Amino acid sequence: MQRSGTTRRKPFPIHIIVFLAPAVIIYTAFMIFPLLDSLRLSLYAPGESGEYVFVGLNNYQRLLTEPLWAPRFFGALKNNLVFFAIHMLVQNPIGLFLASLLSSQFIKGRAIYRTLIFTPTVLSVVLVGFIWRLILNPLWGISGDILGLFGIENQPWLGLETTALPVLSLVSVWQYVGIPMMLFLAALISIPDELIEAARVDGATAWHVFWKIKFPLILPTVGIVAVLTFVGNFNAFDLIYTTQRATAGPNFATDILGTFFYRTFFGIQLQPGNPTMGATIAGMMLLIILAGVLLYLFTFQRRLLKMDIQL
Amino acid sequence: MATTLNPTHVSTTRVARRFQLSRLWQLAAAHLALLLYTALALFPIFLVVVNSFKNRRAIFAMPYALPTAETWDPVGYQTVFNNANFGLYFANSLIVTIGALVLILLAGTMASYALAEYRFPGNTLLGLYLALGIMVPIRLGTVGILRLVVALGLADTLWALILVYTASGLPLAIFIMTQFMRQVPRELKDAARVDGASEYRIYWMTLPLVRPALGTVAVFNMIPIWNDLWFPLILAPSENVKTVTLGAQVFLGQFVNDWNAVLASLTLAIIPVVVLYILFSRQLIRGLTAGAVK
Repeated sequence: MQRSGTTRRKPFPIHIIVFLAPAVIIYTAFMIFPLLDSLRLSLYAPGESGEYVFVGLNNYQRLLTEPLWAPRFFGALKNNLVFFAIHMLVQNPIGLFLASLLSSQFIKGRAIYRTLIFTPTVLSVVLVGFIWRLILNPLWGISGDILGLFGIENQPWLGLETTALPVLSLVSVWQYVGIPMMLFLAALISIPDELIEAARVDGATAWHVFWKIKFPLILPTVGIVAVLTFVGNFNAFDLIYTTQRATAGPNFATDILGTFFYRTFFGIQLQPGNPTMGATIAGMMLLIILAGVLLYLFTFQRRLLKMDIQL
Repeated sequence: MATTLNPTHVSTTRVARRFQLSRLWQLAAAHLALLLYTALALFPIFLVVVNSFKNRRAIFAMPYALPTAETWDPVGYQTVFNNANFGLYFANSLIVTIGALVLILLAGTMASYALAEYRFPGNTLLGLYLALGIMVPIRLGTVGILRLVVALGLADTLWALILVYTASGLPLAIFIMTQFMRQVPRELKDAARVDGASEYRIYWMTLPLVRPALGTVAVFNMIPIWNDLWFPLILAPSENVKTVTLGAQVFLGQFVNDWNAVLASLTLAIIPVVVLYILFSRQLIRGLTAGAVK
């Protein structure tokens, strides 16, 4: 005890450095440094001789005001908000609904349902994108058959400007609904049984028990699911790239910030890539994501402080 | 006898029976909802797998039928094997995923051991610094990552992918494992110190005690690394370093009108992931729900 106590008081013994070095070096070199380098690059522009020249916030100003950039940026931002809204309004309520069914002790085969419903979540977005491209292809007619049962007329869903984005959002919901389901399920299961039973004895209906007792208790999870959805959605790229290519057609109707960033950075067809404007878009995405995360931290701050003490 | 029955007794049995009936209805409705959703989750996958074994005419004429002796045709698989090097892509994905997992677990446990075990100036600050990456997606640093990878001569190598995935996996891994490391009893480590064990030896000793955390971190990182399209597309697009996800993306793009080949390649890509998922689903689900779901 005494000996270990004195070892710990020495300033930076060598073994602590050895333990920390690999993680700190890899993380700093391949994550923090590139992020800062990207942000720095967003303040530069290629000069006449091809050398990068410092231009301050000029790139951001161009992105937000120039006719060449602003419509694309705000279009992608708007589409991304729609993408996020559909996840919040469809994915998370369905996840909560499935979780509330699966948390009931009376349902037999809960583990099997849970495992099967989660399956699409483990597939790569590339596969999911192509699977749904086939299903929605009017040539194969699967979507026509199924929608016909409900009296809905089949359409080239991915080819129309009005439907492409909502339909692709729903494909993403189909894939990822397992994540909110699992998080809600964990929260619902950890509610003490006595609380529910006490309410039942008092004559509360299942509906009441859910909204008056369970839902307030899982509110922290609702917050976590919302912020995870936000970060994931504003960082999305693969699904749109797989189904609609980097052009995010038709006519940019499915262009989100991730595809806009990729297109700008790498260029497309005849348009050459533009690393500094790409870095500028990444800088804006970082700002948007940080704003969302900070909003969450301040809304749920009290809860988070409590968690910190527990850790 | 029946007439003398206590009226309150009658009403309570009736209420109980009605309650049981409504319970039954609720159960049936719940099962129906779950079954419908399970069908929705699995039906598209089922359609792809089933039709990959049929001839082109049967794919369109009877998409919902299982392959029969007449409609059986593995031509799609032949196209895949003749035109794409999925064996190589598979090996690349394995190297990248396992390489990154080993590095995440090794560097992650070492760092979290130090953060949990020693009190040194800047401990909390370093913990916060390492936790920053949990909420900031690494993709936003892509411009800088590509510059760095090119400068280091790692462009178009599997090392570039391994290092990037390690960097992006470390923050959450360290965050989770530090909490587990703190729960390892202090007496155990102090007893080993009294016996003259080195700090490195004590770190190695604690690893088996945090095995559940190692499993959670490994399963958590495995799926996103295996499935990632972004970094293979940007950092390692050459044929000899393509991962399965990128290989499938390119192949599917080229053969988009060859339905047999598309369905066969999708099936080939789906099956290993689903088998792995079924093998590890317990760990995955337990990790995702922090142990609340058994």
